Amino acid sequence: MTDTLSVAPPSPVPTKHLPGDLAIWFFILAELLAFAVFFSAYAFTRTNHVELFNLYQQTLDRNAGALNTILLITGSWFVVLAVKAAHRDEQKAISRNILLGFLCGGAFLVVKVLEYAEKFGAGISMSTNTFYMFYISLTFFHFMHVILGMVILAILWFQSRQGVYGSHHSNGLESGAAYWHMVDLLWIILFPLVYVMH
Amino acid sequence: MSAFLKNSVHRAWLILIIATLTTWYLGEVGATGTASIVAMLVIAFIKGRLVILDFMELRDAPMMWRILLEGWLILVSSLILIAYWISLK
Repeated sequence: MTDTLSVAPPSPVPTKHLPGDLAIWFFILAELLAFAVFFSAYAFTRTNHVELFNLYQQTLDRNAGALNTILLITGSWFVVLAVKAAHRDEQKAISRNILLGFLCGGAFLVVKVLEYAEKFGAGISMSTNTFYMFYISLTFFHFMHVILGMVILAILWFQSRQGVYGSHHSNGLESGAAYWHMVDLLWIILFPLVYVMH
Repeated sequence: MSAFLKNSVHRAWLILIIATLTTWYLGEVGATGTASIVAMLVIAFIKGRLVILDFMELRDAPMMWRILLEGWLILVSSLILIAYWISLK
């Protein structure tokens, strides 16, 4: 036991580390607060229109909502794997996982567009009623965040193909990854709130 | 499979998928009322916490950032719970 201890390298006290740049975390915090206001506005407006919300919630496509949750969770998972690969300097795995995360985002957009097409095709709009006003504005605001997240992933992918990221240079990748996880985190609240809970 | 589950990231992904299917199932069986609302909020809370700690990798981040992000999750879940509680009265 003493031997093992004497040959073991001195293990430094693990330092508390915030992944990515500090600025991205302030940006994420601002985005989270904006969505907290929207989620609360939905929940508290609902208290005055419970029957209306419960009735029209039934018209939403829960399968599409759940499938989209799975797509964002899996997209997030791939991006974590990309960050882990960067820490191990596995260049090919970095870009492959970023691309897979991007494709999950793309699939989310396709599912969402099909869902919107079905609703808009039925003549539903923001002005149909209070429930649809919230459904369309909340999901569309989130939709724009998925697009921004995918733009970030596309930049990260190009950079990773040029070998920019590795164990000593992963800040940019970690920042983009944190934003992508935020998009996932928001949908994790949005899906049960708007599609299921009543 | 057990090697897959030893990795905390893979484990988090699997729990997130199972939790999502559970919420979907509660929707399919038409679960309604206090118990189902609390169950879905608890599931959403657990999922959000896994994303914050294992995907955003804030488990080993400075305490302030863990408190800010987890605090956001507690705040949002509590506000939704209060609003739904009011609507059930």
